[in-house]
Amino acid sequence: MHLADVKLRSLPGNPLVFVGRYWSWFFLLLIVLFFSLTGPGFFDLFNFQSIGANMAFIMLMALGQTFVIISGGVDLSTGYVMGLSAISASLAITNLPTSTPFALLILAGIVAGLISGLIAGMISGIIIARLHVPPFIVTLGMLGIARGAAFLLSGGQPVSVQTPGVGQLGNGYLLYYVPTTGFSFFHLPADLHGARARDVVQLLPYQLIVMILLVLFCAWLLSRTRFGRHTYAVGGNAEASSRAGIPVARHIFMVYVLSALFAAGAGILYVFRFTNGAADAGDPLLLDSIAAVVIGGASLFGGEGTIIGTLIGTLIIAIIQNGLVIVAVAPFWQFIAVGTVIILAVLIDQAKERITQ
Amino acid sequence: MEVTAGSSAPAGSTDVQPILQVKEMYKRFGGLVAVDRVSFEISPGEVLGLLGDNGAGKSTLIKLISGVYRPDGGSLLLDGQEVSFSSPLDARSKGIETIYQDLALCENLDASANIFLGREVRLRRLGILRELDNAYMLKEAKEVIEQLDIQIPDLRKPIRLLSGGQRQAVAIARAVYWNARLMIMDEPTAALGVPEQLKVLQLVRTLRERHIPVILISHNMQDVFAVADRVIVMRRGRKAGERMIKETDDKEIVGLMVGTDELKQAQS
Repeated sequence: MHLADVKLRSLPGNPLVFVGRYWSWFFLLLIVLFFSLTGPGFFDLFNFQSIGANMAFIMLMALGQTFVIISGGVDLSTGYVMGLSAISASLAITNLPTSTPFALLILAGIVAGLISGLIAGMISGIIIARLHVPPFIVTLGMLGIARGAAFLLSGGQPVSVQTPGVGQLGNGYLLYYVPTTGFSFFHLPADLHGARARDVVQLLPYQLIVMILLVLFCAWLLSRTRFGRHTYAVGGNAEASSRAGIPVARHIFMVYVLSALFAAGAGILYVFRFTNGAADAGDPLLLDSIAAVVIGGASLFGGEGTIIGTLIGTLIIAIIQNGLVIVAVAPFWQFIAVGTVIILAVLIDQAKERITQ
Repeated sequence: MEVTAGSSAPAGSTDVQPILQVKEMYKRFGGLVAVDRVSFEISPGEVLGLLGDNGAGKSTLIKLISGVYRPDGGSLLLDGQEVSFSSPLDARSKGIETIYQDLALCENLDASANIFLGREVRLRRLGILRELDNAYMLKEAKEVIEQLDIQIPDLRKPIRLLSGGQRQAVAIARAVYWNARLMIMDEPTAALGVPEQLKVLQLVRTLRERHIPVILISHNMQDVFAVADRVIVMRRGRKAGERMIKETDDKEIVGLMVGTDELKQAQS
């Protein structure tokens, strides 16, 4: 309830307004029903876990993007900031001596990834907040800069991470269930072979857990804290916010730093998941993440949006992508489907505005 | 010609100390003297109308008082102490609240969030997490809105769904909640329908009853005659005259605004 109460608080009288507000929920339900009926193996715990793990990348970037869009801006650089962070993290891990303790290697990777994201976010943030260059332009420039920097750092090639254990971190599960022996945390029981190993039930991939924790954190940050309130205020009326004593420039700066840090988080997760860093790791995710935020009801004019909405939007995109693969449609249709839904979302948003006025 | 401060206060409070004294206020922009040595004062529980044609210097005078502009000459005394404001925020922190035409509210936020905008009340969760105390802010907002006799059906609706008069009321409630000593209202009825105008004027009377003085800038003479105790007329940057509302009529005021007095004097 804590996540939903912002949206569910008051039910409007006009049924059209109701549909306008909750269409994304209905749409999600509709596509889940559709793929459950048409796609063999779609409605399945393991498929849902795999959707959850795969959508973590879009989700992370969409979380940061939600704050940016509510504040009245947009961050086009997240895809390549993610790539830059993936490269930085993987370079940090591979360039340290192999004798370095595993925990330290991982920590170095995380720190390197976050720092590169932080630098990108701070540069964008300062230029947008202090020099008043439109966010569209600044983050488009940062997209190019991060892309170039990532390719330069990696020499144009993906950085492969061979360190043992890294892949386990990105592909492991919190819980394993062996029918004969019961639950086991973090690791498979060591002495499983052949047929018995195939019966193991793997529950809660790490990525899903990281994602859920971050979604909860962002929902809290946006709806319950002063930072969240100021994000809405700045996006609603920056002039009024400034007159009310809100440090508007500092807030806008923070929002872009937050977005870049989330993109960096996605990059680090990418390294653990795929055991390599690629400069274009996040290229297709930028549009998906912006689409998720917009489908979730955020206004590109600022001031409107919720984390639960962004979660719904991300689920819609992830399920369309997953479902279309399962029903064996040519993968390129995914782009068309997601593109259609994003335009649909904005159309519905505009119609909603007209009704409420 | 000018009325003294003592007699300008409302009946029964003749010995009240003025909250704001404006002395010989002077401001020029390049060669243009926008405000030319204007003096006046205002006491608790008083509504002062500020009238004048476009370009008469009303807005500039108000901006000098509310910290938007720095004066080139003259002085401001708040509670008898000389003050100078470095910014509108500074003026507000000293109790001078200005309600502008464009309202300075966030229309996507609700009334309570707007009243506490930039001054949100927080509580601690688990010792370290600080979050908004929405229940407290809503309660306080409800209280101040009730005190001001304002009808807002749902305080949790974004205020863009409220009427113009209700939004005006939210802006005023915010100022009252944060202990405004003096309220400056710039054309508060300009964009409103007639029933809404009446509500805003009623709100001005409520403020007077609460001993918060109001400076009311308006084009609309009916508004000023309806609620003001005293009126200052400006023309070409100067104070053309100051009258008690009870002792004047619209003809005289119009005369001061367009300068027929001077014309007559010149002719005679």
